[in-house]
Amino acid sequence: MLVIKDLHAKINDKEILKGINLEVKPGEVHAIMGPNGSGKSTLASVLTGRELVEVTHGSVTFNGKNVLEMPAEIRSREGIFLSFQYPVEIPGVSMVNFMKAAVNEHRKYRNLEPLSASDFLKLLRERKELVEIDSALTNRSVNEGFSGGEKKKNEIFQMAMLEPKLSILDETDSGLDIDALRVVANGVNKLKTAENATIVITHYQRLLDYIVPDFVHILYNGRIVKSAGKELALELEEKGYDWIKNGN
Amino acid sequence: MSKTATLNIKDEMVNLYLNNLDLISEGSSSLMNHHREEAIQNFRILGIPTLKNEKYKYSKIESVFSNEYEKYFAPKHITFKVDDIFRCDIPELDTHLALVLNGFYMPNPNRLQVMENGVVIGSMIDAAAKYPHLFEKYYNAQAENGSDGLVALNTAFAQDGVFIYVPKGAVCTKPIQVINLLMAEENLLVQYRNLIIMEESSQANVLICDHSLSPKRFVSNVVTEIIVEANAQLEFVKMQNEHNDSTQLTHTYTKQERDSKLITNVLSLHGGFIRNNLYMQLAGEGADAHAYGLYLTDRTQHTDNYTFIDHAVPNCTSNELYKGILDEQATGAFNGRILVRRDAQKTQAYQSNNNLLLTPDAKIRTKPQLEIYADDVKCSHGATVGQIDYEALFYMRARGIGEREAKLLLMFGFTHEVVKQISIESLRERIDDMVNKRLRGELSRCHSCPMNCC
Amino acid sequence: MANEQDKILDEVTGSEYKYGFVTEIETETIPKGLNEDVVRIISEKKGEPEWMLEFRLKAFRHWQTMEMPDWAHLNIPIIDYQGIIYYAAPKQKPSLNSLDEVDPILKETFDKLGIPLEEQKMLTGVAVDAVMDSTSVKTTFRETLAEQGIIFCSMSEAIREHPDLIKKYLASVVPVTDNFFTALNSAVFSDGSFCYIPKGVRCPMELSTYFRINASNTGQFERTLIVADDESYVSYLEGCTAPMRDENQLHAAVVEIVVHDNAEVKYSTVQNWYPGDKDGKGGIYNFVTKRGICKGKNSKISWTQVETGSAITWKYPSCILLGDNSYGEFYSVAVTNNHQQADTGSKMIHIGKNSRSRIVSKGISAGVSNNSYRGLVKVLKGADNARNFSQCDSLLLGDKCGAHTFPYLEVDNPSAIVEHEATTSKIGEDQIFYCNQRGLSTEDAVGLIINGYAKEVLNKLPMEFAVEAQKLLQISLEGSVG
Ligand SMILES: Nc1ncnc2c1ncn2[C@@H]1O[C@H](COP(=O)(O)OP(=O)(O)OP(=O)(O)O)[C@@H](O)[C@H]1O
Ligand SMILES: [Mg+2]
Repeated sequence: MLVIKDLHAKINDKEILKGINLEVKPGEVHAIMGPNGSGKSTLASVLTGRELVEVTHGSVTFNGKNVLEMPAEIRSREGIFLSFQYPVEIPGVSMVNFMKAAVNEHRKYRNLEPLSASDFLKLLRERKELVEIDSALTNRSVNEGFSGGEKKKNEIFQMAMLEPKLSILDETDSGLDIDALRVVANGVNKLKTAENATIVITHYQRLLDYIVPDFVHILYNGRIVKSAGKELALELEEKGYDWIKNGN
Repeated sequence: MSKTATLNIKDEMVNLYLNNLDLISEGSSSLMNHHREEAIQNFRILGIPTLKNEKYKYSKIESVFSNEYEKYFAPKHITFKVDDIFRCDIPELDTHLALVLNGFYMPNPNRLQVMENGVVIGSMIDAAAKYPHLFEKYYNAQAENGSDGLVALNTAFAQDGVFIYVPKGAVCTKPIQVINLLMAEENLLVQYRNLIIMEESSQANVLICDHSLSPKRFVSNVVTEIIVEANAQLEFVKMQNEHNDSTQLTHTYTKQERDSKLITNVLSLHGGFIRNNLYMQLAGEGADAHAYGLYLTDRTQHTDNYTFIDHAVPNCTSNELYKGILDEQATGAFNGRILVRRDAQKTQAYQSNNNLLLTPDAKIRTKPQLEIYADDVKCSHGATVGQIDYEALFYMRARGIGEREAKLLLMFGFTHEVVKQISIESLRERIDDMVNKRLRGELSRCHSCPMNCC
Repeated sequence: MANEQDKILDEVTGSEYKYGFVTEIETETIPKGLNEDVVRIISEKKGEPEWMLEFRLKAFRHWQTMEMPDWAHLNIPIIDYQGIIYYAAPKQKPSLNSLDEVDPILKETFDKLGIPLEEQKMLTGVAVDAVMDSTSVKTTFRETLAEQGIIFCSMSEAIREHPDLIKKYLASVVPVTDNFFTALNSAVFSDGSFCYIPKGVRCPMELSTYFRINASNTGQFERTLIVADDESYVSYLEGCTAPMRDENQLHAAVVEIVVHDNAEVKYSTVQNWYPGDKDGKGGIYNFVTKRGICKGKNSKISWTQVETGSAITWKYPSCILLGDNSYGEFYSVAVTNNHQQADTGSKMIHIGKNSRSRIVSKGISAGVSNNSYRGLVKVLKGADNARNFSQCDSLLLGDKCGAHTFPYLEVDNPSAIVEHEATTSKIGEDQIFYCNQRGLSTEDAVGLIINGYAKEVLNKLPMEFAVEAQKLLQISLEGSVG
């Protein structure tokens, strides 16, 4: 589904990603861990098409298509979803209008008719329940004045609305209380099928207890320095990053 | 711009006045005629404001007058039914409707309607005859004829306009809608006058819609005086939607008494050259004023809003928000002055002006002002000029919304913060819809006009 | 409680101006009034070359065609420009020991002001040019500076010794015809400081000019020019005081700064001219034009001012941000008390790409004074990605004073972001109570709160100055807090 080959990328002339290789197949869950500043969010940005990051070398294909040539919105419509580490506040734009526009653009891309207002509201209600998001939140402007945890829940709610093929969850667990963590993880699991895949970026084993990864990768200084099964996360939690830094 | 040109406009106007005084007076009422002589004397001294006038620093008013215009001193008999050529954009709205054509009140079917609860809507001429005591008390009581040449010019020439009177305790549940239409076969200068009186504890919503219906140059120079007495509440929404060859110079004066509430919302959706002056006086303790404004400009349009909120007594609040989007070669200006007079303690006054510049040729001038002479006050103002937020744009695109659509949504969100202040839901929705159309370029032809004039 | 506060306020604001003494020294003056002959006399007394005289005469002729600006939020009494003496210089006794010696009386004067002129007594790290009335009395540490190629001398001397630099830079930032007061200054300026930092040099000490008006009936018209060549740095300080007199005296200075590629100039002012007495009698009219140009790429100008003195202040230190990536900042605390009036602020003109600027203005008004911020941020068409942020706060102490904010934002570039915020408030009773509850007296609480309020600006001052400025704030507000 997703194939990343020798990916190099820089921000303002500083090389951040220094040769990433990764393959994600349908149905798989990959966890990416790594110290602060190692380039995890930058990788997510490259995959979703943030113009700030410049790809200098390598390739990314998604279901055989060259992702790097697509504008951000086409990648989204192709089915790549990012749960932002720092969701953006958009004053004046209501959640409902925002989601309606997004859902209908996705439908148009698949040559489907736009949803009627009532069908849309039905979908909205249904998905809200799935992620147990407070009803009032969708009546407000996008992320405006949301608490840290509410923003993260809102990201998962949007994921539920858009039903992506590949979800990238960038530290969706940070800022969540225990209950919310469970809710978010349940949401992710409920949305999981054999056809879609998930990349979970996290610092903590805790989330991986709920969303169990098939593979764990450690990103360090712009490279994936270690890949293994879910036990790697436990080992990491125990030994810390020094273990990686010391060249093991 | 030369001095001689200004002199010429001034002399021309004064001569026009002298030569037509009989016609002007005949077509108006004695209570309005009464003020003309002094006004023209004032105009003789003041003339048309120039860029040197700090208040008009960013709007070249003289150039507006450099074209030839017809002036009607009696309503032209136009043989059509307004309904045939003009459909209101807000059809679901059930309103008391008043029509003004080229500055003259159109019978609908009468020139003065008196509702059951005593509310009066009608022409200034007829109202002056019927309610002389109100005219003596309120007409020309606020307008600053001594400091603004355009206001003096209006007082000298204005013959008709709309009169709205909501008596003590009356609550007008249906909004009052005034539609100002401009339609002529030649370029036209119109100067009319409105008076709105809200007596104690009365309530009303007034919506003014301005449209141009023929492909000619129009200049409207309009003075509106609004009195909101103790405990009364008024929402005053003005929607300017004229074509690129039209100029609007508006001067709105409001005065609020104790515990009254006034909301003004000036929506400049379309127009060639717009200059709005809004003077709000908080004259009774506990008065609450809200001034909102939105200006959407493109091509070579120019919109300039001047507001002056005068906290004359203690314990009043004011809240002001003006937002603008400037596209293509458009220019815009905002000049908001807040004055807190000595002893106007416990005043709370907030003001904010935000602008989006979309192209390298668009320009904005903004000048918020605070003048404060009392210490126990909470006042703040803010102004920003910027562009569409990149982070927000990316966030939307990452959800699959195309760049153009995302920008439109963001602009719409930007404008909605003003539109959402409109209290009548159906009106709010219609205006949201019009703004949306405007942002998509669908209103750029004055779209309710079948003539496709520009 | 309120009454007690009023009393303390009165005490705090009622204190006397401590620099109000007069130095008894023989002064050489010329007759009152202004005409071409007076301009010629000034030029002659300074021993100036012909081109400088021409410069002055041209300025004078232009000035005669101009009118005093009236747009500021100030009430300026009519000034009789023919009633002012345009040149006054202390007559120094020829010294027995060395020609370099300063007259002991002058030395004593500056000692009293806390500005010792003997280098061994000075704070190391500060070089001073001391100006009394129309002339420079002494410039310290010149030799040390000269070793690095830094020129720091009086303007009169610079005109004689460095004519090429003066011809190149004088009036290059502030044109003679810029405004009424710059034309006047250009015609009659008597002295001031000149400073040139050569390429690649970081000036090792603070440079400072101390201005003192002493003679009566005179005006002070000084001229300062600072040029920072590529990759150089200098921090410059300016202080000023005047005796207490019942008459109003005019001070109309011009300061110009030119900053080349990658260079930086910090300019700090502690303005403490005599503000007049409690009833508004006397005091200095301070009409000053200060402007710097960030000519080169990555250049930087930083204005910091603490304005506590003068009866009337009219002053807008500005930056022309011409170079790409250039940066201008303006940090100001302006205090007005009693009958003082101030209309002050800054202009930031963005021309270069990525030019940035920041304005932080803190106004404090007490008594029956009026304090206005007036500022212009202008972004020209080519100034891609220009950024400005302005924060203007006003604090009102008492119900008879005024605080006003007049920002002008003019933006012609769609990639610019310009933001202005302003607030007006008074010291909250809850804040004072909180301090009282923690054991502070109301007076201390007010001092604390005001210093906190002004901290962002005070922090920008060089250390020794910051402490002085902090004290000054307290003194100038003595008696005003309630
Ligand atoms: N907009 C930016 N401008 C400059 N540098 C940036 C920018 N965004 C990221 N970087 C730099 O890129 C590097 C990688 O950042 P990134 O956000 O990808 O780290 P991360 O692995 O997600 O860290 P964290 O665990 O803290 O989220 C860091 O050194 C960061 O400072
Ligand atoms: Mg990250």
